[in-house]
Amino acid sequence: MPHISVRNLTVAYDGQAILSDVSMDIPDRQITAVVGPSGCGKTTFLRCMNRLIDMTNGARVTGQVLIDGEDILAPDADLISLRKKMGLLSQKPQALPMSIYDNVAYGPRLHGLRDRKQLDALVERYLRMSSIWEEVKDRLHTPASRLSVGQQQRLCLSRGLAVEPEVLLCDEPTASLDPVSAQRIEQRFTELKQDYSIVLVTHILRQARRLADYIVFFYMGELVEHGPADQLLNDPRDDRTKAYLSGTIS
Amino acid sequence: MRLRILTERLTTGWIVAISVTVMLLTAVVAAALVHRSLPIVEGHSLGALLGGSEWRPLEGKFGFRPFIVGTVWVTVLAMALAVPVCLLAAIYLAEYARDATRAIVRPLLDVLAGIPSVVHGLFGVLLLVPLVSDHLAPWAARHLACLPGATPQQGYSTGYCLLTGAIVLAMMVAPVIISIADEVLRGVPVAMREASLAVGATRWETVKHVSVRFAAPGLVASVVLGFSRAFGETMAVLMVVGNVAMSPKSLFDPAYPLPALIANNYGEMMSIPLYDSALLLAALILMVTVLAFNLLAQGVLVVARRRAAQ
Ligand SMILES: Nc1ncnc2c1ncn2[C@@H]1O[C@H](COP(=O)(O)OP(=O)(O)OP(=O)(O)O)[C@@H](O)[C@H]1O
Ligand SMILES: [Mg+2]
Repeated sequence: MPHISVRNLTVAYDGQAILSDVSMDIPDRQITAVVGPSGCGKTTFLRCMNRLIDMTNGARVTGQVLIDGEDILAPDADLISLRKKMGLLSQKPQALPMSIYDNVAYGPRLHGLRDRKQLDALVERYLRMSSIWEEVKDRLHTPASRLSVGQQQRLCLSRGLAVEPEVLLCDEPTASLDPVSAQRIEQRFTELKQDYSIVLVTHILRQARRLADYIVFFYMGELVEHGPADQLLNDPRDDRTKAYLSGTIS
Repeated sequence: MRLRILTERLTTGWIVAISVTVMLLTAVVAAALVHRSLPIVEGHSLGALLGGSEWRPLEGKFGFRPFIVGTVWVTVLAMALAVPVCLLAAIYLAEYARDATRAIVRPLLDVLAGIPSVVHGLFGVLLLVPLVSDHLAPWAARHLACLPGATPQQGYSTGYCLLTGAIVLAMMVAPVIISIADEVLRGVPVAMREASLAVGATRWETVKHVSVRFAAPGLVASVVLGFSRAFGETMAVLMVVGNVAMSPKSLFDPAYPLPALIANNYGEMMSIPLYDSALLLAALILMVTVLAFNLLAQGVLVVARRRAAQ
């Protein structure tokens, strides 16, 4: 289980600071909820942790993100193993232009798994894990783009899990799900935290209350407050956290 | 309200009328070509015309085979040179190049695409012809002796040959193909690339399995467009390809594509019986070839679309 610690992380788009001087440790084997108003930098924060931020033109990242003491923001970091280790479930589900089966098998195949039987088993395991197996088991070889948005969200979770990451970075994973599937996914997260550290971005305070062991509150690019869920939810220190929790800023 | 509906009907009517006119134009051109080439088809069998390899208008011998073979070879060779290079260049531009690089290269491509074909022809005559005759042909004669098609027939070449024509043609279609293929690849959603990178794919793996796959129909279309242009391109090729009415046996043999035949001869020696009709038949053959190719390409495109949807 890798230990993640963020040191003075600052991100600027075209000279404008989006995250400023964020420093914190992410607790191991827990669910860390990242909350804050829209546009406060939650997605940007997640994208730093697997260096997908590199894909954004004009983004300048300084500071350090240490995973087991190694700075992944260093120019020579091994991005392939980093991204394999840090599974990201993005805010908008995006199926790859291939079948449902191939979507899940995509990562494992790239990382060298060729055996058909093993792949079959793996695809089934991870589709079950994200509660979508029953819906798609009879059309595994049809295009994934034909799935509904909610189904694609769960398919993407399977695809992310299939490379056996050690940390899950989830960006509003239940945003496009119906209440029942959302509940199932939440259930999965509580099970998954046995084996993974989970960083969960969410807009829904009640979801954070239900799931989180640890909460991080961002406001306008600034890390305002972070701490164990109980403490932060019931006894926030900062006025802005209080205002956010009571719904006066959003 | 009534006025809006009336306007809607009128506009639709206009658009349909214009579209039909444009389509009719193609039919009229074809009909005119058929009409004018009938005299020669009546006197000779179509088999003898298309399959015959003797072109002696004065003796009444009109074999189109060398021209058809020449056209096909120049086009195919040009595309074989252009397509791999162009697709890789487009992949570089769309997936690897920094914004600053793109900002310089894209306008350059537009400039290149706008260079008149006669200028490409001059470039061919001034640079490529000497290069081929002085360097490439002797080199091929020395090193490629085992490949008869890739060596000059008498150990030497004037430089006015199939290969030069194909290179010039490849240079002409390249900017168009690169430009379209780049646009098509740019159309691949960023989120899709990121989804692939996020599970630990390398850039190249992402290009191969995701971008190219998603963009396949558009990439096919870009190549088709290049081909269509290459088939009919006249001026530049005419200037460097040699224009000898023989089926080329090697890269270094001269060829005589159909457009060059028509452009060189129409309006001259029209007193020779059937000559004018023969040239119009050449035009008809060219048109049918391009049409057939486009239909084939449409088929490929449909298949590519269906594949990409899966
Ligand atoms: N590519 C970009 N270029 C410039 N600015 C950007 C870019 N991406 C994001 N931003 C800006 O960075 C800020 C933080 O964006 P981010 O996506 O991290 O917010 P968020 O907290 O995830 O919001 P939401 O809850 O709405 O998803 C926003 O103000 C946004 O406009
Ligand atoms: Mg976001």
